[in-house]
Amino acid sequence: MDTMCAFELKRPTNVAEASALLAKPNARVIAGGTDLVPNLRRGLDAPATLVDITGIAALTALDLDRAPRVIGAGATLAHLAGDPRIGDEYPALAQAAAEVAAPAHRNAGTLGGNLCLDTRCVFYNQSEWWRASNGYCLKRRGDTCHVAPHGKRCHAAFSGDVAPALIVLGAEVEIASVDGMRRLPLAALYRDDGAKHLALAPGELIVAVHVPPAATGSHSAYGKARVRGSVDFPLAGVAMAVAFDGARIARLDVALTGTNSNALSLAGTETLVGRAADDATLAALGNLVAKQVSPMRTTVTASNYRRRVASVLVQRLLRNLAAEHATD
Amino acid sequence: MARRLLKLTVNGRDREDAVDDHALLVDHLRGIGLTGVKQGCDAGECGACTVLVDGEPRLACITLAASVEGQRVETIESLAQNGRMSRLQAAFHEKLGTQCGFCTPGMIMSAEALLRRHAQPSEREIRAALGGNVCRCTGYVKIVESVQCACAAAAGA
Ligand SMILES: Cc1cc2nc3c(=O)[nH]c(=O)nc-3n(C[C@H](O)[C@H](O)[C@H](O)COP(=O)(O)OP(=O)(O)OC[C@H]3O[C@@H](n4cnc5c(N)ncnc54)[C@H](O)[C@@H]3O)c2cc1C
Ligand code: SF4
Ligand code: FES
Ligand code: FES
Repeated sequence: MDTMCAFELKRPTNVAEASALLAKPNARVIAGGTDLVPNLRRGLDAPATLVDITGIAALTALDLDRAPRVIGAGATLAHLAGDPRIGDEYPALAQAAAEVAAPAHRNAGTLGGNLCLDTRCVFYNQSEWWRASNGYCLKRRGDTCHVAPHGKRCHAAFSGDVAPALIVLGAEVEIASVDGMRRLPLAALYRDDGAKHLALAPGELIVAVHVPPAATGSHSAYGKARVRGSVDFPLAGVAMAVAFDGARIARLDVALTGTNSNALSLAGTETLVGRAADDATLAALGNLVAKQVSPMRTTVTASNYRRRVASVLVQRLLRNLAAEHATD
Repeated sequence: MARRLLKLTVNGRDREDAVDDHALLVDHLRGIGLTGVKQGCDAGECGACTVLVDGEPRLACITLAASVEGQRVETIESLAQNGRMSRLQAAFHEKLGTQCGFCTPGMIMSAEALLRRHAQPSEREIRAALGGNVCRCTGYVKIVESVQCACAAAAGA
């Protein structure tokens, strides 16, 4: 692999200091570094300054006793996967965090870094000379997309596991910059453009995620297909939150990762409200997913497989959560 | 080029070194002679460079040295005491958990962190803890047996 580009590393101890540093040109956030460092080593960016936020104690705090719950963007995935309070109230979140990469990545990797993960593509996550010999591509330094050469946009896939879980749980992100704070529904953080998939302005820092308390009787889960069960990005990942009224669906939210350039919120789930989670409902839900996902040839695995497995995963989740509800 | 003085506790000893801001932990550790930290993929994908930072496994090839300032770093070199292998090392030796040996330091450091937390893990827990450590030689069966053997030795001791 290529060696590292040179940069200046800053380690602020509070958010105001971090925001001031990030306001400078060509500065970039680094948290656990498990996505950014491999990318820098492949020449996918060359920042002048990296602002390491792991020294900011306030960012790792969790406040789970008030509504909404507040989870600091610096909390590690190992923490989210292992905290029983998260597992009890938000199974989808704990499961998604536990399914990211392998233990050593989760010890370093943070919630904020996972939400802001760069999009992925077989033509992009390659060394500098590999990409150079291929004429680069639209996402960086080139002018054609090798996946869809006639199009004008990049289709690299958003592949973070945690975003869909937090989207179905109704989360908002809290964003800081030198101009102050703002809040955004998590789903609105993402855009379906692989080269510019985050709705963050330069210099903005995610400081926390706000999650409403889970309604009593609601259920949630996350399911993922990957090449190796022990470590790999999702070929498709599906999060679901559902509430039942007796045996009938009272509310259903589904979000996906690995299939589009954004974390995708599934539209049309309200058409299934009032129905039992029977075979016909499962098939209808599977169809909604198959129609809305648009996996492109950004992975070695065929895109049609990713579409089909997403549709299978969503049906499996609903069947399992309906069974969980029945035994409550 | 930006440089800094970096304070770390490496294998129980406090030290201070001048490093580049962009120095990777793997290069820093190997540079001070700890070549038991291996560079396999050098991209966060194989686990050969696994070291413990404050007791938890981390991948030294995708960790900036300066980002672990003030923390405790442990490498495979810390395990043998007075020339005697640790229980895990001896078990890998006896049960043939090591063949070419390139993945072994990372495997053992991941297993070490697990056993400190959990003296008698199940096979599933062992496999989960070693999930990010790739071996091209053994097929993993001997590695899992080696960790189990170290647990049995600990229980018998
Ligand atoms: C072998 C391997 C397998 C992996 N498998 C998976 C997987 O299965 N699923 C998955 O989701 N991820 C996977 N990852 C990616 C990564 O480990 C995780 O997504 C991790 O959570 C990233 O968090 P981090 O803190 O390390 O991010 P960093 O690498 O520090 O940052 C990632 C990006 O987010 C930005 N950023 C970080 N924090 C903030 C913030 N608070 N506000 C604004 N921007 C911020 C950074 O500038 C950077 O662009 C894998 C990585 C490797 C090397
Ligand atoms: S989808 Fe196209 S533009 Fe985007 S990274 Fe892949 S090849 Fe490049
Ligand atoms: S060398 Fe660090 S993970 Fe492979
Ligand atoms: S013993 Fe050779 S790679 Fe594991």
